[in-house]
Amino acid sequence: MLNAHQREVDCQGLSCPLPILKTRKAMDELSSGEILRILSTDPGSVNDLTSWSNTTGHILLSSGEEDGIFVYLIQKK
Amino acid sequence: MEKNKKRRMAIIASKGTLDWAYPPFILASTAAAMEMEVGIFFTFYGLTLLKKKIEAKVAPHTNPAMPMKMPFGPKGFQDFDWPMPNLLMGNAPGFETMATSLMKKTFKNKGVATIEELRSICLDTGVNLIGCQMTMDVFGFSKSDFIKGVDIGGAATFLEFAMDADIQLFI
Repeated sequence: MLNAHQREVDCQGLSCPLPILKTRKAMDELSSGEILRILSTDPGSVNDLTSWSNTTGHILLSSGEEDGIFVYLIQKK
Repeated sequence: MEKNKKRRMAIIASKGTLDWAYPPFILASTAAAMEMEVGIFFTFYGLTLLKKKIEAKVAPHTNPAMPMKMPFGPKGFQDFDWPMPNLLMGNAPGFETMATSLMKKTFKNKGVATIEELRSICLDTGVNLIGCQMTMDVFGFSKSDFIKGVDIGGAATFLEFAMDADIQLFI
């Protein structure tokens, strides 16, 4: 699953709202059905990326933590 | 509401200090990323946030709860909250400038975007920035003092936009 993404955006070290803004920008460059992988160290991104997916309609496929880094897979609607 | 209609947020930005400059630009850029239609009406001291060069500072002596942190040195030193007597903050020349530069450095260390970066993202993502004509007249600002892409208007301009807004904020 972790290699199933088409693009990755690295938001490590960035604070709110940059992980959301960078995710949106990267998502704009994907086609429908493609998957974006997001890396973040911001604990607030867990709720924020969930809310962002809920409101935009993009599909949050998975959300997890690996060694203090939050990793998300979001599929473009 | 019809399904295709975009959600809308209307903000009034009325303050020009660094701490009050963040919320309108953070919320507006995020709302635009959430595919909302966003307008910010800049009035009174908020109008200075439209100037080409933003000179917003923190105002420690009117914000006694402001944590005073050092953005360098070992972790224990950085985490220490320096007690600053109001008498010193209010009277030391250049204190606000020094506190502002320490605050900006702390923001940078924590990966926080600058006001200029957020403002530029707002412009790129279609946020409407509207300057208050009356305040411009009072303070002697002209449209050429502001960044490109700013609209000018008054109370009725804002109210017409805010009338159909899902979220309205006065900051």
